[in-house]
Amino acid sequence: MSIHKLSLYELHEKFAAGEVTAVEIVRAYGLRMSQVEPKVKAYITQVKDTAIAQASALDASLKGWRKTLPMMGMPLAIKDNICTEGVLTTCASRMLGNFVPPYDATVIAKLRAQGYLLLGKTNLDEFAMGSSTENSAVGPSRNPWSLQCVPGGSSGGSAAAVAADECAAALGSDTGGSIRQPAAFCGVVGLKPTYGRVSRYGLIAFASSLDQIGPITKDVRDAAFLLGTIAGHDPLDSTSADVPVPDYLKALKKRDLKKLKIGVPVEFFAEGLDHEVEQVVRAAIQQLKELGGEIKEIQLPQTSAAVATYYVIATAEASSNLARYDGVKFGLRAKETKGLLELYMKTRQEGFGPEVKRRIMLGTYVLSAGYYDAYYGKAQAVRTLIRQDFEAAFQDVDLIATPVTPTPAFKFGAKADDPLQMYLSDIFTISANLAGVSAISVPCGFSQAGLPIGFQLIGRPFEEETLLRAAHAYEQSTQWRAKKPTIR
Amino acid sequence: MIYEVVIGVEVHAQLRTKSKLFCGCGTMFGLSANSQTCPLCLGLPGTLPVINRVAVEMAVRAGLALNCTISANNLFARKNYFYPDLPKGYQISQYEAPICEHGWIEIAASEGKKRVRIRRAHLEEDAGKSVHVTGMNGSRVDLNRAGTPLLEIVTEPDLRSADEVVAYLKGLRDVLMYLEVCDGNMDEGSFRCEPNLSLRPLGQREFGTKVELKNINSFKFVKDAVEYEIKRQTKVLNEGGKIHQETRLWNLDRGETAVMRSKEEAHDYRYFPDPDLVPLKLEKEWIEGCRKQVIELPAARMQRFVDDFALSEYDAGVLTASKAVADYFEACVKLFNQPKTVSNWVMGELTRELNNSGSDASASPVSPERLVDLLRLVEQGTISLKAAREIFPEVYSSGKTPEQIVQEKGLVQVSDEGALDKIIEDVLAKNPTQAAQFKEGKQQVLGFLVGQVMKASGGKANPGKVNELLKQKLGGVLYARPVISLEELAQQQPLNTDQAKVKFQLTNREQSVIEHLAKGWTNKEIANALQITEETVKEHIKHIMQKTNSTTRTGILDHVFNS
Repeated sequence: MSIHKLSLYELHEKFAAGEVTAVEIVRAYGLRMSQVEPKVKAYITQVKDTAIAQASALDASLKGWRKTLPMMGMPLAIKDNICTEGVLTTCASRMLGNFVPPYDATVIAKLRAQGYLLLGKTNLDEFAMGSSTENSAVGPSRNPWSLQCVPGGSSGGSAAAVAADECAAALGSDTGGSIRQPAAFCGVVGLKPTYGRVSRYGLIAFASSLDQIGPITKDVRDAAFLLGTIAGHDPLDSTSADVPVPDYLKALKKRDLKKLKIGVPVEFFAEGLDHEVEQVVRAAIQQLKELGGEIKEIQLPQTSAAVATYYVIATAEASSNLARYDGVKFGLRAKETKGLLELYMKTRQEGFGPEVKRRIMLGTYVLSAGYYDAYYGKAQAVRTLIRQDFEAAFQDVDLIATPVTPTPAFKFGAKADDPLQMYLSDIFTISANLAGVSAISVPCGFSQAGLPIGFQLIGRPFEEETLLRAAHAYEQSTQWRAKKPTIR
Repeated sequence: MIYEVVIGVEVHAQLRTKSKLFCGCGTMFGLSANSQTCPLCLGLPGTLPVINRVAVEMAVRAGLALNCTISANNLFARKNYFYPDLPKGYQISQYEAPICEHGWIEIAASEGKKRVRIRRAHLEEDAGKSVHVTGMNGSRVDLNRAGTPLLEIVTEPDLRSADEVVAYLKGLRDVLMYLEVCDGNMDEGSFRCEPNLSLRPLGQREFGTKVELKNINSFKFVKDAVEYEIKRQTKVLNEGGKIHQETRLWNLDRGETAVMRSKEEAHDYRYFPDPDLVPLKLEKEWIEGCRKQVIELPAARMQRFVDDFALSEYDAGVLTASKAVADYFEACVKLFNQPKTVSNWVMGELTRELNNSGSDASASPVSPERLVDLLRLVEQGTISLKAAREIFPEVYSSGKTPEQIVQEKGLVQVSDEGALDKIIEDVLAKNPTQAAQFKEGKQQVLGFLVGQVMKASGGKANPGKVNELLKQKLGGVLYARPVISLEELAQQQPLNTDQAKVKFQLTNREQSVIEHLAKGWTNKEIANALQITEETVKEHIKHIMQKTNSTTRTGILDHVFNS
């Protein structure tokens, strides 16, 4: 039995049945990581020693009494912008190169309460700003399917770790596609829950009204399984919703799409979409039809405004969220500065990378006196229109099917010097964040070059059950997940 | 040129919540640096604010008391600026849709009562403090105060003089303290005020250029700073100069204002709605619930005290100036329905002790119950009023009950006829002239004799009883003669009440009433003698009681003749 090849849920079943111990699990993953991590570079921080200690303590505590919680003994990787008490949390930024949070994010507290095993903190674009991990201060992660290609971003480290079997599952965060896009690039499942479904407490903010934590997993069942643990209302997060958490695994029992209407928005199959990707995604939609889904062409007229809207709102919020990194209280403090202004300027100059600086400046500009109405105010108004587009569409259909990305994973450097091209790689994922709805990326084939391609299902707010049911039915009717990357 | 002064005021009132506005940290003043902080108020990444319900309630109560409209939909905004004591790099405040709007407060102005309009009052969090320690390299930051809730209260430019500004601030502070939403402590920064001021030629509609004043932490400095600034601006304008829009700091030592920053240096705060906080919706029923909690304000309570307890406006005003004192007073009256007596004690003895020990009526070591115990001892004649006053400081400081102290000190009044008889005999023997005069009908000497007996008893004799016994001993003259003739009255020499008249500021009429009282006359007799109605006599006696701090007729005599 190769432990690292098991899905999260399979591993849970074996652990619950006593067929495998926590120490064995950590050892197996430790071995796997030592083999592939030098190539993939998914992690910023590894905590194997702590994991071994925790695992043996867990095994000891379970002797003769086996009542396992869902995540007990499960080896997970956590994106390095989610606070873990006592474990370095850097956001892939020099600014937080020495930041060890004195508290757990709510999602971590929930996992810890169930006895999960933290393997390490995964790489990302600095402060989750980017689509390739090329903006990481410690260098990029690599796509397990082709080490010359980006794993996507910003949760590239998490997606690469899952694809390379360097963890049983991972948590990422999604502000404009940061879970779904790398999941698609790495051939794994990525779920962005409805805004408010999962607590943001302890997620280091990029754009507060868009950020959402979600699972990146080997298959759809794992996503349902992990979501069940991390979802729910949190009194520490005013924007988390007080909506009951259903049994997501139960929702997977239906293996067909009968009585489900699936909308296909014309705007998502337009110019800029790679021919190969279009073919593969259309084939997936055909498969949904064969599973009993009713396919319907729909319109989301505001789609073309989404990227512009997103880059106004996200940068505005970021400019304010990142103001706290001033060298006064924690994180980097520039040395030998004279006076307060110089302390601020040098610290932020040295601490932030170019993309973060670019977004802070953009965001500061759109909020400035005299420009607020033209940019931020207008963007908020358009955001409302985009949300209304989705509300109208969901009157007619239960789910919306689209591509996740315009192209498969691209090579390092291909877009690094052209921010606008990079921003456009989020074009199909951004709308779901602006509308606050739920969305999932599911593998649906490969390019001729052998790179994975995913398709996206978008669901109504707090209807992750429908989303997961459809994604699961599709996945179970195909064999895409059986193919694993050869890392070389 | 004659200028009209136009002033508006911004006040930052710290709300008296136990915890901060967005986290569970405490709000105590004066703790060691950064001991009152958590990841949230330190601005650590990943933390999220959660609004303090009590702070919202307090803001709504204040708003209702200030006659404001309460906003059903509350938005919180970020005010972005860099400063070391601002941990997040932004302050959470309210920009559009403040929680309270369009209110007013009435103040006493030179031309009578005046309404000052409140433009808005909004919730926001306080910043920390930068500490500059001499001899230490660099500055230190203390974030204990960061995140404490403030209510920023902004007036319309309705004020026209330094006195009006002070009257407004005092009135506002009273209301907030009374509602117990702010402790009003200006030294500790719980109530900070920033007037803004401009001049315009009298009769002109447009406002002049305004200047904001900061660094003012007492009512006196408010007055000084505003008066200085009026003079300064008048001089600049008269000399043909221009006023610059700027913020000026009050320099206490120099007694003048100086530029802190000009308009050009003003921040662009880049306000935008805080995405970490959802709009706070206040339901109508909830607001109405708060309205019920808005307790009676000082002015209304004072009027009620006058109406219900027949107190003078002066007394009612003193009692209601502090909610704690007014509550204490009412608690006593509930147990002992003699409002005037209670009022005298609360305003006199109790206040004196509270002031001496720097305490507050709400924390008085003498509970209303215990004070009433003491008053009952006087009422029942167990001890004299004088003795009660003398032991009060001990009741206050020792924690013993009045009964215990009275026992210990042997202060129980002598009401026993046998014991008193002996003293009276002695007094009569020593003062044969006066005794004879009394018997001849010179009732005026009764007071003298009573005084002598009191003296001989060391103040322990019950003056009422002494009066009664003396009259009996001297032949029951008074009982035998129900009505005194005007002729007789004319012949009578006045008792020596002149000293008392000065001391208690008695009117001539009150003085004569006392002289008749001393003879043991009834109201009817006094009324006949003075040719006034019985009602008027009662009125006079009431006033005399107030002035002499007495509750009974014998009490009056006790005061007058023992003074």
